[in-house]
Amino acid sequence: MIAETGQFALVLAWVLALVQAVLGLAGAARGSAGAMAAARRAAMAQFAVLLLAYACLTAAFLRIDFSVLLVATNSSTRTPWFYRLTGVWGNHEGSMLLWALALAGWQAAVAGFSRSLTAAFRARVLGVLGTVAVGFLAFLTLTSNPFERLVPMPQEGRDLNPLLQDPGMIIHPPLLYMGYVGMAVAFAFAIAALLSGRMDAAWARWSRPWTLTAWVFLTLGILVGSAWAYYELGWGGWWFWDPVENASLMPWLMGTALLHSLIVTEKRGAFRSWTVLLAIGAFSLSLLGTFLVRSGVITSVHAFATDPRRGVFILGLLALTVGVSLLLFAWRAPRLSGGGAFAPVSREGSLLVNNVLMAAAAAAVLLGTVYPLILDALQGAKISVGPPYFETVFVPLMAPAVVLMALAPFLRWKRDALARVLRRLAPELGGALLLAALGVWAAGHATPGAFLGLALTAWVVLASLRLLGERLRQGAAPGLAARLRGIPGSWWGMWLSHLGVGVFILGVTLVGALEQRLDVKMMPGQAAELAGFRFVLRGVSEVPGPNYTAQRGEVEVWREVQMLTVLAPEKRAYFRSAMPMTESAIDWGVFRDVYVSLGDPTGDGGWVVLLFYKPFISWIWFGAILIALGGIAAALDRRYRRLAQRRASAAVPERRPEAVAEAVR
Amino acid sequence: MKPKYLIPFFIFVALVVLFAYAFRLDPREVPSPLVGKPAPAFALPRVDAPETLAGPADLRGQPWLLNVWASWCVACRQEHAMLLRLAREAGVPIVGLNYKEIRGDAELDASRLSPPEEREAALLRARAWLAQHGDPYRFSVLDLDGRVAIDYGVYGVPETFLIDAEGVIRYKHIGPIDERAWREVLQPKWAALGGGKR
Repeated sequence: MIAETGQFALVLAWVLALVQAVLGLAGAARGSAGAMAAARRAAMAQFAVLLLAYACLTAAFLRIDFSVLLVATNSSTRTPWFYRLTGVWGNHEGSMLLWALALAGWQAAVAGFSRSLTAAFRARVLGVLGTVAVGFLAFLTLTSNPFERLVPMPQEGRDLNPLLQDPGMIIHPPLLYMGYVGMAVAFAFAIAALLSGRMDAAWARWSRPWTLTAWVFLTLGILVGSAWAYYELGWGGWWFWDPVENASLMPWLMGTALLHSLIVTEKRGAFRSWTVLLAIGAFSLSLLGTFLVRSGVITSVHAFATDPRRGVFILGLLALTVGVSLLLFAWRAPRLSGGGAFAPVSREGSLLVNNVLMAAAAAAVLLGTVYPLILDALQGAKISVGPPYFETVFVPLMAPAVVLMALAPFLRWKRDALARVLRRLAPELGGALLLAALGVWAAGHATPGAFLGLALTAWVVLASLRLLGERLRQGAAPGLAARLRGIPGSWWGMWLSHLGVGVFILGVTLVGALEQRLDVKMMPGQAAELAGFRFVLRGVSEVPGPNYTAQRGEVEVWREVQMLTVLAPEKRAYFRSAMPMTESAIDWGVFRDVYVSLGDPTGDGGWVVLLFYKPFISWIWFGAILIALGGIAAALDRRYRRLAQRRASAAVPERRPEAVAEAVR
Repeated sequence: MKPKYLIPFFIFVALVVLFAYAFRLDPREVPSPLVGKPAPAFALPRVDAPETLAGPADLRGQPWLLNVWASWCVACRQEHAMLLRLAREAGVPIVGLNYKEIRGDAELDASRLSPPEEREAALLRARAWLAQHGDPYRFSVLDLDGRVAIDYGVYGVPETFLIDAEGVIRYKHIGPIDERAWREVLQPKWAALGGGKR
């Protein structure tokens, strides 16, 4: 019964989404308060109903109900309960349900927490979101039903993919999906602006916190995914330019460009059509990413061909959503043009250049991701586009973007002189080059890449410190504490995120330049040396797990005469999947990780052991965390809330003419 | 409407066309040049007895079906009940060609397995799948690297070849065999070859 309840809830959610879409859009067009209020309630109800559907699927997994196909293929009686919980989204159908639930969550949030918006505008946003939900829920119910029954019921299930049986995978997909789907809100705001033909500073101010929140989720989702790849895959890398990773990076790049474009739209009224286009682009790439990855098109053409219906539906949905949006853009965007004029050298100018660089980087990643597919279809040739391509295009696009990123906050709006700014920042520029030169000399690793990375880091950090210093001198309030408090959240957001980029680059550069790796055959009792550490293999023993048997190695890590730790890398054989899995063991540290991974037995009692020395790899995670913290600080900026409070205290009736927004601005 | 605002739309349309073409949205329309030609010979290890090699020669003298399957293939599960019925009720001899059991699974990474490990893993998975869903096959053979499938021009899984008593491929069915596909397409061809009239 539980599965049928879930299925019923799914269909009900689809109907509610349809109601929300029609009443939202039509209500806004006709100014019908009743219809608009109903659309709001439909959004709330849709969330509740999808929550029920999700709970049903979770219950089926927790009760190990193998009469549900999805449960039978993604869990087994021995799978621990928490991996049965995550098994819900460790597959195509379940993750699509999570997607739909996240979308409904965002819709409910818009319906519940956006009292500062005019009723008509909110109804339009909800109408657009409802339309997206209609397509999605149709895809879910028609081609990817998570509640499909399996008759006869098997005695044992196939178990969850062992790669996904990991704590990192518990939080990674929900974070990432919240980010992907959150871009739908930015998209809906843009479409609503096109529909109403109004796109002013108030619009940008409404749109910013939503976009920021989605972007923070996306950032954290990518971070957790990357950390997972680092410790779980056992190759010691943290980014592989794999299609799955690219799928998350593309919307992140577009989203970053969108955030910056929104600033200009709010402050100067410029870049309006560009902002709309970026919002459409960010969401399109989220859609494309989710679909390409989930349908398996990219990883394997054959997996895709197993169910052609899904592919047709996917492409149709994508074509419809993005195609209609872009047509609407072509029709309505010309009337959005205008805004403050600016000279090439100005803060607007620098933001525009950075935006173009970000968008170009996203396009380059897209090309590299789909190129193998296209070639395969046109010529039947199997190629894979690897890190060399991505690094060759990505670094030259991003390096100038980072230089500009630190420079832009010093530029004036409208018009500035490059000579003035460069003269002011000469100490920082010179200092950065000097520090980088010292750095490569001290590390004994003088390559252009290492120099570039260190110079960029030093430049970002020095410029950030200078920026903070100037900002603190500026304030009128007496006392440092008061001045610190006086700086708005959005400024801290910018500062922290930009600093985070610097920290991130430092991690990437140093781990790339200084990491050491040794693949060595070791007999029990034997030792190996790497980067000043001595590793002693005590032995390998068999250890039972709940749904696997592990070969667990014990490796002592020595530094001179002191034993630092004992690492226990494992090689696990999961019962149901017959696939060996490596579980690496890492001694984490602020300045270095020591990473040990167990390879294959050599047959004579010895083992191949992979040893890694990874200096500063944690700084990659620190940088990403700083970037995300910046996003949170900016999203919490008092301005957004103050605006909302003022609106609320004014006790404006629910139905309000749209001109009010203009007046408040 | 100014033309320059249409540029994003046209870029997108070009992309979609490319995608649609690149993905060959309807693989059913790809005709097989192998129809009318002798079925390519092979000798591959049997899933139930890997020491024994088997091939098309073992089926000479009767029409039969060669069904390409894998445990990771969702659509194979859909057609499985139909195959079981064909084998048990109509007595159709079906040979399974297990296609890239490990390498084809998008969720697995076969590159780190040694050939014996891959073979062991494939045998385990294939047997478990047949034990769970039922075994309609006279025998199944293991095509780990998909080389035999290339000889047969296999595009996706599942695919099914109708081969006559002389070992000539008479028809290729792409996608799962459902009730209708059997009744309307395959069954007439099967009957014409004299199948089921023993």
